[in-house]
This record gives sequence, structure tokens and C-alpha cells, in this order.
Amino acid sequence: MMILVLLKAVLIISIIAAFLAAVLSVSEYFLRNYGPCKITINKDKDFTVDGGASLLSVLTDKKIFIPSACGGKGTCGLCKVKALSGAGTLLPTEEPYLDEKEKAGNVRLSCQIRVRNDIEIEIPEELFNIREYTGKCTEIIDLTAEIKLFRFELIEPKEISFTPGQYVQLMAPVYEKSSEEVYRAYSISSDPAQKDTIDLIIKFVPGGICTTYCFKYLKVGDEVKFNGPYGEFCLTQNDSDMIFVAGGSGMAPFVSILHEMRNKKIKRKTAYYFGANNVDELFLLDEMKQFEKQLDDFKFVPVISRPKQNQNWKGQTGLVTEAVERNAKNASEAEGYLCGSPGLIDASVKILKKLGMPSNKIYYDKFA
Amino acid sequence: MNLQSEMTQAFIVCISAVFTNNILLSYFLGLCPFIGSSREVNTSAGLGAAVIFVMPFTCILTWVVYHFVLVPLGLEFFRFIMFIIVIAAFVQFVEMAIERLSPYLYQRLGVFLPLITVNCAILGVSLFMVIRDYSLIVTVGYGLGSGIGWFLAIIAMAGIRQKLANDLIPKGLQGPGITLIITGIMALAFIGFTGVLGT
Repeated sequence: MMILVLLKAVLIISIIAAFLAAVLSVSEYFLRNYGPCKITINKDKDFTVDGGASLLSVLTDKKIFIPSACGGKGTCGLCKVKALSGAGTLLPTEEPYLDEKEKAGNVRLSCQIRVRNDIEIEIPEELFNIREYTGKCTEIIDLTAEIKLFRFELIEPKEISFTPGQYVQLMAPVYEKSSEEVYRAYSISSDPAQKDTIDLIIKFVPGGICTTYCFKYLKVGDEVKFNGPYGEFCLTQNDSDMIFVAGGSGMAPFVSILHEMRNKKIKRKTAYYFGANNVDELFLLDEMKQFEKQLDDFKFVPVISRPKQNQNWKGQTGLVTEAVERNAKNASEAEGYLCGSPGLIDASVKILKKLGMPSNKIYYDKFA
Repeated sequence: MNLQSEMTQAFIVCISAVFTNNILLSYFLGLCPFIGSSREVNTSAGLGAAVIFVMPFTCILTWVVYHFVLVPLGLEFFRFIMFIIVIAAFVQFVEMAIERLSPYLYQRLGVFLPLITVNCAILGVSLFMVIRDYSLIVTVGYGLGSGIGWFLAIIAMAGIRQKLANDLIPKGLQGPGITLIITGIMALAFIGFTGVLGT
């Protein structure tokens, strides 16, 4: 008897719910049907979509990734785009996330704009380049005991354009040690002219989800996913001298930058200070020698803080910052580029400022 | 009961729902959007207006569903789930319709509708109307009154919070903390209305 009542109840509820769902679907079909709408981006690219969805989801479908953390619920305020026309008036749900300047400049939250007619928007050019890539691992090279170079051949899309110094976010899939997909940022170290592969220099972090995956699970031939390129850690367009300071896997962006300097025949006077505890931790020395020959005025200065007796080290010793302080006589006129642990960056910023480098000439990406 | 006396009752229920039995200040329903969206008077007014608009209609709908579907089938105990489904579907539908028909109204009111789907005050009103065994006309009055009551409460709160925005509030009380305390004080003030109607 009880079961019968329950069955009946479930049946009735299901019927009503199905009925309501049908009504909603039908009305959605008729009410949300805005016909084809043209979306123009930065005045030169356009495509046509069926209206009715939010601008953010339309752009994501077209593989244009606008940063968004909340997934389009209007609570993170990250998915800002400049709407030139067709976006309608500012909605009250957007207001809390925009300051006066942005409101005046027609900046909108793309997740709150529904595509109902032709829309013209403006987004930073870099966002076009941000894509999701699949790549195949073709080579894993041991650089030191803790640092490896991973080479990935791009499968889809087949090419990547990036500015040297930028990074990608590599995805560690679900595996034994991790129950969810995680993304970690790694600088690209390869030659930007070589568009079909990228190299990442990764240092093993004990217990790190992504580095454990790369070091213990990833094998040559495996496919990986990553997205990018991101970041504004790139060379400026002028002729001033440059001081690079790096340690460990902070080597990566500079390799790429040096390739670029060679390709474009950039003649800026450059000194690259690379810190390590002992000689075993130095790597890519041959490549650096090559760059010293190929570039007009480039000097690679490895600095060893704890040289072992038997290694017969003849180069600079001490902390890398001490070497900078001793040698960088031109610091007050030069630009500083830093990459490495937060500790290294803080210490280097301090020293460079002490040597007279203005803080707006010191560039770095701080990876935690 | 004849029509006139029912209208009178509906009116009394409506007024009491606005003041003495305010859905928010005496039952503390719909508190989540009340705290979340009461930072600016404009936003609160939009949200409040949307509640006023939606409440009478959902009341009518749920009343019809309850009396013509659930009661004949003996499924009164299912009203919680049923009402939630009906309200969610209705709000969705209204949002789509408004967006299509009147961009102006959508701008003013429509954008808040998704927030309302989960507003427990709306469900609460539908459930109270069943418990109190209101007729359809009285139910409409009750829904309208509750909507206006919620509107009043959030507008008042937004006004107070806009004023508070420039005041020094102890760190631990900032945001929801002070809002809840003020809500309590407002609730006390609204109790004062009880004497007016004698309900």
C-alpha cells in the first residue's frame, strides 16, 4: 500500500516536472531565438553565432579564452571586455565590479551580456593567442639531479606563437596521486622561431602534484594538455643594458629570450647571473657558450655558493646577489630581469635597487 | 464567505504581511539575498521589485497546483518539492519572456530573477498559505503583501548600509555581522506595528 502511494507520487511528480521542462524548452526555443548575430572583435575579426547565449560562452566556444574564475555567474568580475556596440546598457549585476573609469570606457562583464544582436568588442590582442593545446612528449632530458627539460611536439593546434618570457599552464591529469586535474605554470624555454614544439624546464618539487606527474609518470610518447601563452615578462623595446638574474628552473625564460635576441640581432649589452649551490647544479653551459659567441655583447656568469673542494671551481663564488653587487657597475642605467624562487627575486630586487636601478625597470614573474 | 468579505480579509492579510507579519523581519526568510544584495539602494530596489512582481504569481500558481493537483491526488506531503519545481520553472519562464519582450524591464528587473529562484521567502509564502488555509483571493493579497514587505525591508537596510559605508565599524562586525544586528533591531521596530492591526 505504502509502495503504491510512493510510486504514484513519483509518477505524478515526474509527469509534472516533465511537463514544466517541456514548456520551458519550447519557450526557450521561441523566446531565446535571436537569429544569427555577428560578433566583431578588435574591428578585424568576426564570426557569426546563433544569438541567445552569453557573450562569454560564445567566445569560449570560439576558443577565445577570456579569464573567468566563477564560470559565468557574475561573482568574480574577471571576464571584462570592452563593448563598443550592441551590448545594451550596463546591468546592475555588473556595476559592483566596475570602477568609474571602466564604466566610462564601456568595459563590461562578458558573462552578463547576452548576445541578442550584432556586437562589437575589443579585447587585448594577447587573448587571441591563448589557446588550449595538445602536445606529445618527444624528449625528456636530465639537466641536473632535480631539473629536467621536457620537449613537447604540438598536435592540435600545430603551432604556437609566443613572446619569449611567457609561460604556459601545463595540466596534470587525474593520476594516482591526484584526484583532479590541476594546472601549473611553466615558462617556455624554446626558440620562439620554432613554432611546432615547446620546451619546458621543470624542477622537481617534492610532493608537488604536477612535478611528480612530470617526473614520475610522464613518458616519451604521452600526450599532454596545456594552455597559454600568458605573462608580460618580456624584453622591452629599447637599447639599455640588461642584467638577468636566475636560479634553478628560472633559467627557462632566459633561454627563450636569448634565442630571440640572436634571431633578431638584438645588440644590447647583457650580463646573465645564474646562481647555484654547487657545480652539479649548473646546466645548459654549452648553450650559454654558444650564445656568448653568437650574440654581440653577452656574458654568462655562473655563481656557485658552496663550491666543493674537488670540483676545482674557478668562477664566481658566493650568493648570486653578491656577484651582481660586485660586477654590475652599470646597474643604474640597466634593466633588471629576474626569474626564480620568491626568495631569490626579493633579494635581487633589494640589491638592484641598492645599486641604483629604478624599481620600474625591474621585471619579474613571481612563481610561488 | 461572500466576495466582499473575502476582499476585506485579503486586504487585512496584505497589510499585516507588509508590517506585522513581515516575511523577512518576523520569519527571517529570504535572508541570503537580503544580506548579499543590500549594499546599494538601486540594486536592492530592483531585487525588491522583482520579488513583489514574482510573489503573487507564484502564490497563484502554487495555490492552483496544490488545490487542483496535489489535494485531489492525496499528495499534499509532496508540496515542498512540487512548489520548488513550479517556482523555478515559472521564474525561468518569466525571465526569458521579459528579456524578449521588454529590454527596459529586463534591465530593471529581469537580471535579478535568477537570484529569486532560490529565494526561500517565495517558497515560504507558498507554504504558509497552505498551512493557513487561505482562499485564492486572500492568497494573492498575502503574496503581494509579503513581496512589498520584503521590498521595504531590503530598501531600508540598503539605506542604512549606504550610510554605514563611511562609518568606522569594528573589523569583526563588518559586512554580514553588522547587517544581521541591524536586521534584528529592525525586526524589533516592526514588532511595534503589531498593535496597529491587533493580529
